[in-house]
Amino acid sequence: MAKVLVVTSGKGGVGKTTSTAALGAALAQSGQSVVVVDFDVGLRNLDLVMGAERRVVFDLINVVQGVAKLPQALIRDKRLENLWLLPASQTRDKDALTDEGVGRVIAELKSRFDWILCDSPAGIERGATLAMRYADEAVIVTNPEVSSVRDSDRIIGMLDSKTVRAERGERVEKHVLITRYDPARAARGEMLNIDDILEILATPLLGIIPESQDVLKASNVGTPVTLNNAESAPARAYIDASRRLMGEEVAMVVPAERKGFMNRLLGRRAA
Amino acid sequence: MSLNLLRLFSGRNASAPVARERLQILLAHERGLLGQSDLLATLREEILAVVSKHVVLDPDKVMVKLERGKTVSTLEVDIEVPNNFDKKALAEKRMAG
Repeated sequence: MAKVLVVTSGKGGVGKTTSTAALGAALAQSGQSVVVVDFDVGLRNLDLVMGAERRVVFDLINVVQGVAKLPQALIRDKRLENLWLLPASQTRDKDALTDEGVGRVIAELKSRFDWILCDSPAGIERGATLAMRYADEAVIVTNPEVSSVRDSDRIIGMLDSKTVRAERGERVEKHVLITRYDPARAARGEMLNIDDILEILATPLLGIIPESQDVLKASNVGTPVTLNNAESAPARAYIDASRRLMGEEVAMVVPAERKGFMNRLLGRRAA
Repeated sequence: MSLNLLRLFSGRNASAPVARERLQILLAHERGLLGQSDLLATLREEILAVVSKHVVLDPDKVMVKLERGKTVSTLEVDIEVPNNFDKKALAEKRMAG
């Protein structure tokens, strides 16, 4: 049973692409066949985070327009043989994606993979609507920040009205993934805490990804954070989240990053 | 008042309770508005369709606005009709009259 999952957010820069790559790799590592699809036409980045930027020949739009066949555009991950990437085009017109065309590609992907992870562009424009259109499940990525939570609320509204499932009167299963969380700052009341966010968004929690230098380190070298350093705090949080996606019950812990003495002294924080 | 108390009890740096309160108020307001804007979009479309049957209209020149007051709410519809919109229809009317 193939599952289509959209990774979405209202606000940009909250970690959708990082999360798509990390969750995709974690699912693949546990034996599922996974494809991550970049819907961010014009601003593609999933290829870069996955370390496949130099291997892109054909892309999603080529497939939608019938210029290339799906197998020609799919890129197999260098590290995991059951993880694939369908990249987005950087140069083409955004309107090249059509509802019908996307539907066809998703249907074809469903016959080949267990999981189809769609990395959505930020915002509420057409690109974001198309990325969520055929979703069975949604991961709403949010930071503990007022602007991010507010925009997530809009996206949740869209998931409940603009998806094929919603139009058929069915539900898109929604999860909130909180990224860049700093438990110490939340404890001091400087940052919205988990309960506040969940109460405001009224959506169940998939995971809490701690603020960590490992996230940037992994994207610098083009490796999903779950593969780059599986023992790091964010990797463990993403792996737990992927197990919850597969229906496992995993206790929710907030893995804190261990900070060195000098870092503490200088008050350094991951960018 | 409650904001001040929260600040007092949770130390000077606790801005999160303020964030939470601001978000709750804002979202309660926005959720209401968004429900409305769907209604407005529907109204606009349908009014446009009906009027377009008889008059050539520029879709951008049709404005529908809903204002909610305490006792009375008003629905304002503003349609700009081109100057020479239906000379033919007018002529036909005169012939009949």
